[in-house]
Amino acid sequence: MRKSKALIFEMGRSGRQGYSLPSCDVPEKPVDELLPKKMQRSEPLELPELSEVEIIRHFTELSTRNFGVDTGFYPLGSCTMKYNPKTNEEVAALPGFAFMHPCQPPETTQGALELLYNMEEGLKELTAMDRFTMQPAAGAHGELTGLMVIQAYHRSRGDHKRNKVLIPLSAHGTNPATVSMAGYEVVQVPCDDRGLVDLEALKEAVDDTTAALMLTNPSTLGLFEEEIMPMAKAVHEAGGLLYYDGANLNAIMGYARPGDMGFDVVHLNIHKTLATPHGGGGPGGGPVGVKERLTPYLPVPLVDKKGDEYFFNYDLPDSIGKVHSFYGNFGVAVKAYTYMRMMGAGGLKQASTDAVINANYLMSLLKKTYHVPYDRICKHEFVVSARPEKKKGAGAGDIAKALLDRNFHPPTVYFPLIVEEALMIEPTDTEAKETLDAFAAVMEQISRDIDQDAEKVAHGPYNTVVGRLDEVRAARSPVMRWEKDKG
Amino acid sequence: MGGKHYLPLTDQDRNEMLAAIGVKSVEDLFSDIPKEVRLQRELELPPALAESEAIKHLSSLASKNKHFHNCVSFMGAGVYDHFIPSVIKHITGRSEFYTCYTPYQPEISQGVLQAIFEYQTMICQLTGMDVANASMYDGGTAVAEGAVMGCGATRRSKALVSRSVSPFYRAVLKNYFHSRGLELEEIPLRDGCTDTGELEKMLGDDVASVILQQPNFFGLVEEIGGVADMVHNHKAVLVISADPLSLPLLQPPAEYGADIVVGEGQGLGVPASFGGPLLGIMASRSKFVRQLPGRIAGETVDSEGNRGYVLTLQTREQHIRREKAASNICSNEALVALGAAVYMAAMGPQGMREVAEQCLQKAAYTRESITALKGFENAFPGPAFKEFAVTVPGDPAELNRKLLEKDILGGVDLAPFYPELNNVMLFAVTEKRTREEIDTLVRELEGWK
Ligand SMILES: Cc1ncc(COP(=O)(O)O)c(C=O)c1O
Repeated sequence: MRKSKALIFEMGRSGRQGYSLPSCDVPEKPVDELLPKKMQRSEPLELPELSEVEIIRHFTELSTRNFGVDTGFYPLGSCTMKYNPKTNEEVAALPGFAFMHPCQPPETTQGALELLYNMEEGLKELTAMDRFTMQPAAGAHGELTGLMVIQAYHRSRGDHKRNKVLIPLSAHGTNPATVSMAGYEVVQVPCDDRGLVDLEALKEAVDDTTAALMLTNPSTLGLFEEEIMPMAKAVHEAGGLLYYDGANLNAIMGYARPGDMGFDVVHLNIHKTLATPHGGGGPGGGPVGVKERLTPYLPVPLVDKKGDEYFFNYDLPDSIGKVHSFYGNFGVAVKAYTYMRMMGAGGLKQASTDAVINANYLMSLLKKTYHVPYDRICKHEFVVSARPEKKKGAGAGDIAKALLDRNFHPPTVYFPLIVEEALMIEPTDTEAKETLDAFAAVMEQISRDIDQDAEKVAHGPYNTVVGRLDEVRAARSPVMRWEKDKG
Repeated sequence: MGGKHYLPLTDQDRNEMLAAIGVKSVEDLFSDIPKEVRLQRELELPPALAESEAIKHLSSLASKNKHFHNCVSFMGAGVYDHFIPSVIKHITGRSEFYTCYTPYQPEISQGVLQAIFEYQTMICQLTGMDVANASMYDGGTAVAEGAVMGCGATRRSKALVSRSVSPFYRAVLKNYFHSRGLELEEIPLRDGCTDTGELEKMLGDDVASVILQQPNFFGLVEEIGGVADMVHNHKAVLVISADPLSLPLLQPPAEYGADIVVGEGQGLGVPASFGGPLLGIMASRSKFVRQLPGRIAGETVDSEGNRGYVLTLQTREQHIRREKAASNICSNEALVALGAAVYMAAMGPQGMREVAEQCLQKAAYTRESITALKGFENAFPGPAFKEFAVTVPGDPAELNRKLLEKDILGGVDLAPFYPELNNVMLFAVTEKRTREEIDTLVRELEGWK
């Protein structure tokens, strides 16, 4: 199975070309006349030189060294790796969307504005929020935008002593990182033995320095925070606001809405819940919605409608300003909007239903072999602890590698941090029962393999194009680019 | 119900699965949601569309927009109508690439990891920097994060940004700085370029980052020669926002002393898409690598010594360092970066140079032709790369409406961003514009007023 692959810099030959350009048809002047010599590049640019077919074969071969949702089951917890509908790709590529300039006059962008407007209407209904901005380009960007809005709100009230944001221990890493980026201090709130936020500890932690509580609900353990209402009450009574990390909204569409749970601000990860592809790390989309009292602080511009005409509204004097050069990842919004329109209310609710059935079903199968630390009804995902397997010699990371050999993408490993040797499993709504059965069977087999020869499992994978890669070495003496003389 | 074709479970599957779970109904799976937060009705959304209906609806929305395929565009200001080779969408359309997540499991993600490693290398070759990351969201957030990086590296909390840096980027930068409690001052303009005399006066030992753009927002190639020394004398960091398509022609920022290079990579084969997805470029000298935000692909070996690629230096990142991370960025624009790598591979050194030279020549020809017209004047002197600002004899919005009648997307009106620039427009001319298109534009301008 091992197969090496040359870098593009090690291929091709001087003089080959992979492009075709028309010749310059305007009267030309010597470059030196247009651009002072000292401002010009003196050494010629070094880039690969290949013909078109070589380029296509190179990147096509690279694509075969990669695994996507279209390749197979991808139960990567917290990432909602559901199927990415092909219709969405088709329509987003229409020239009337893909080749628009962001500064075009409004009479030439009515279709795009209408789409953004309709999408906002849909997101409002889905989340029970009053207004949305599409500007944030991903979930973490949404978090930052949301905290900026919260900050602007407190500042507008002359409330300057609120310098802390509470987050539960189970929170995703972007939450605490965002808190720091917004200039706030993190206060960690512990979880109780049910895996839920410890309400008493939360009550003790909130005070008049609390700017907000950031919460994912259902949590990263896949558990619904049942005490959300008393939590919201405690935070609100202390003058703080509630921020909803919408990464897990896929569990509850049509069942419950963050705005009805007391949340003041929410971001959605449309590259998760609304089925847009993740592209190996983006582009995504992180629209942010807020309740009425926070709308004045949203980024400019918002999309509004006057009569039959849509327009960008910049007339928001209290707005925080901008978080993206233009209007966010519009091309991704087109895909998410198409998905919402094709699913409708019934389809979205069914998606959440099936996501939850799939997760509970898979948990019931895996429970027979693996330790499930929070053994109760879960929502769209659940967490297994491979602590017993680790004691035998192969832990969560090794189980992940063993799955690679069986053509499954592994679950998220070593997260959330509150579970030792965590395997976080999110099957999503777009998987068939047979797939879950097959996955569970393979997981059982891996468990037996560990019993028989843990050492062997700890050294996998065996069937991949490269063996287990040395990440420690990569970090100790980092090589982050190809260099000519090093070859 | 819509979307049945995306949901494989049948009613029989569901019943069997509920039985296996040991519950009676779906309701039991949602009983942990307290009654008072349960939605007591169905969502009210427009009726579900079948595939053909969705395509019709979306096509109808798209048909209400003008775009580069039915207009001739002279719009720039950070997003351009550059040529996009067909190979790009055939590669980014490979679903092993576009349907995968961030490459957390390197052994089955060698495709994305190697492509990103190649992208990083190409960005280093263009900019002269030592290291590049896998991308930021866009030019604006790259500028903001670059400036913040300077604060981290110097442990200072003030940045100076030139007014010749894109107002879109400055708006984002201001917001990032304001919320963090960092201080930001703007360096004034002189003839449309950074007033380096003023910069010298503003520099002090409290300054972390100085941010300039090359070519600047007005398309001008600034004389940046001595700036780096000035900045480094105060132990501050020089952040350059560069247009990657200018770099085959212009001096690489490393040569004039940049410490961090950021910028918008849309020109590298990325569709304009109404301003997103774009591509934030981020590169630096190796001494700043610990402050570098975002993903980095690095080379290593497997257990048998085979070469391979992994995400590296992850101790900078949010999932490890949490509140002490260099940035909160997680998802970025990886697929766009991959497309940019295909672009740079396809164009190669020669093609990229040709694109840059054609931009230079065509912009110069257009600038000369327009400013020869009565009432049209250069807003600023100085050499321009692919766009330039012109004072026009009337209201830019009115002019653009007239041009639109001829299916021309005219220049960007600068007054909203620079109140002192009344009736000034920014025209961009890429390698895609033909002499005929340019001459048509000029004829239309001539007939106006
Ligand atoms: C719970 C949670 N919050 C936030 C994020 C960050 O989202 P993004 O990668 O879109 O920035 C993620 C993504 O992994 C997540 O799972």
